[in-house]
Amino acid sequence: MTRETALDPNRSPATGRSLERLRVGFIPLVDCAPLVVARDLGFAEAEGLELDLVRETSWANIRDRIVLGHFDAAHMLAPMPLAARLGLGHLTAPILAPWVLNHGGNSIAISTALHDAGGAWGAVDDPAAAGRVLARLVVERAERGEEPLTFASVHPFSCHDQQLRHWFAAAGLDPDSDLRIVVVPPSYMVDAMAEGGVDGACVGAPWPSLSVEAGVGRILLTTGSIWPATPEKVLGVREVFAERRPEALAALLRALDRAGAWIEDPANRPDLAARLARPEIVGVPEALVMRALAGELRAGRDGAPVSVPGFLRFHGAGPHGAINRPRVADGLWLAAQMLRWGQVRDRDRAFAAARAAFAPATFDAVFGPPGAARDDETVRPFDGAPFDARDPGAWLDAHPRPVGRPG
Amino acid sequence: MVDVSLTILVIDENPVRSAILEEGLREAGFTDVVRLDTTHELLRRVYQIDPDVILMDLANPSRDVLEQMFQVSRMVKRPVAMFVDQSDTAMIEASVDAGVSAYIVDGLRKERVKPILDMTVSRFNAFDRLTRELDQARTELADRKLIERAKGILMKSRGVAEEEAYALLRKTAMNEKKKLSEIAQSVVTAAQLLG
Repeated sequence: MTRETALDPNRSPATGRSLERLRVGFIPLVDCAPLVVARDLGFAEAEGLELDLVRETSWANIRDRIVLGHFDAAHMLAPMPLAARLGLGHLTAPILAPWVLNHGGNSIAISTALHDAGGAWGAVDDPAAAGRVLARLVVERAERGEEPLTFASVHPFSCHDQQLRHWFAAAGLDPDSDLRIVVVPPSYMVDAMAEGGVDGACVGAPWPSLSVEAGVGRILLTTGSIWPATPEKVLGVREVFAERRPEALAALLRALDRAGAWIEDPANRPDLAARLARPEIVGVPEALVMRALAGELRAGRDGAPVSVPGFLRFHGAGPHGAINRPRVADGLWLAAQMLRWGQVRDRDRAFAAARAAFAPATFDAVFGPPGAARDDETVRPFDGAPFDARDPGAWLDAHPRPVGRPG
Repeated sequence: MVDVSLTILVIDENPVRSAILEEGLREAGFTDVVRLDTTHELLRRVYQIDPDVILMDLANPSRDVLEQMFQVSRMVKRPVAMFVDQSDTAMIEASVDAGVSAYIVDGLRKERVKPILDMTVSRFNAFDRLTRELDQARTELADRKLIERAKGILMKSRGVAEEEAYALLRKTAMNEKKKLSEIAQSVVTAAQLLG
């Protein structure tokens, strides 16, 4: 090793090669794991990358910083690239989702008071049963003239918001008039539930488990039971980044692929839980991270753990092929939800944004074409009709907004 | 020209910074400035205040709360646009760099809002500079104390004079390409370990 090599901070001490630095924003949640593992275990460095991970406090900051180019890539809610392309609430910016970070990991937690009021809610994977109890409570409250129940999501353009709405609508409830949906940052959720500001929340791991441990909440449903096998977070990049730095992007995807394979090995879970629990990453007790990684949830503080196979998936094959491969079908599904709930009105524009954001071209260029063409494979929500991506408008026509209860 | 009729809401959990900003806005002629230093019951309070402009620090996780509120039009009296002008990326960039986001009632003309944003960005930057200078002064003081302790340890253990102890620390720092304070810290730590 030459003297220059030894002194150059941008060179890898392991290989002596020059490292390309990428700034990547993340939010403290268990599903930031692939980014942390890619950095900590040298998978990024082996690809010639130095990952500078920057913890952010809001999804709005993540969006602003990727749009302005402060971040090269970011941990993003799957609907965010669509919202950015459609200019919803902010600058219009062409964001791509060249990699799906994970499937699942969200749960709906409710306050212990609401849980007690409902009685027998059913199993954590039975949204239909829980929906019937919820509908009965909503009607009873309205008849007594009480305020509607308030549920929290984490951002207006999130799977959390869409999963709550889907579950409400399947129970015959109008999410905008029969109930209230507000946003509460995950780290404030336990307090909001304890103070009675919210009756329930759809949030990513580990936060629902925190409400359980604090004795203020119960995990009611895992959202994988509402929407099985759909992308939860994606890696977001600007289109201009993908065009100008294709090698760096390909290297990042390869590093994430190796990180994902490492994460999926159950033997690595304790190590991963310890890494994610650190104060500079998620900053919660290791045991709670472990529950999410192992799919062993505790619905309430007393009571045995409930095993939820595939609760949080980071890598490997799903029902539609490799879970990390972006699928246009999934993008169209998310766009259909945004259309159904009135976040956007123009179907053609929304579907075009989905096709562009979730195009698998970059992924396929790096990892080779998929074995079988599965782009049109349907999404199967729990309540009946599957979503056929070849005709996304048909699903929308068949699923109008529920009509709110009179009064 | 300053439009004094605008209601400006400042949401910042750092009361010192929001006080500095409020002072700047008042000096510039804006009389209707409301400050919130907690996000408790944020939605209800924003609805009551019904501001024309909301300024919020970027470190605040409640940005996502506000954005949801603007999506649901019946939760606010008037539609809200983010930032003053979507085409003015320089202004947006300056705001984000300074650590503040701005939400403006839709339709408010650029020239009415620009003085507010300019003032906010310059006050946020000034506050940041002050904080950094203060941090630096604190670090320098701590470093000086550390170097004094390391010198004392070397003088005692190696039986050298003060100048020689200092020269030894400096030479080591130069050879190892480290800061003097880092070498001093190593000496202090080693001395603690060795008893």
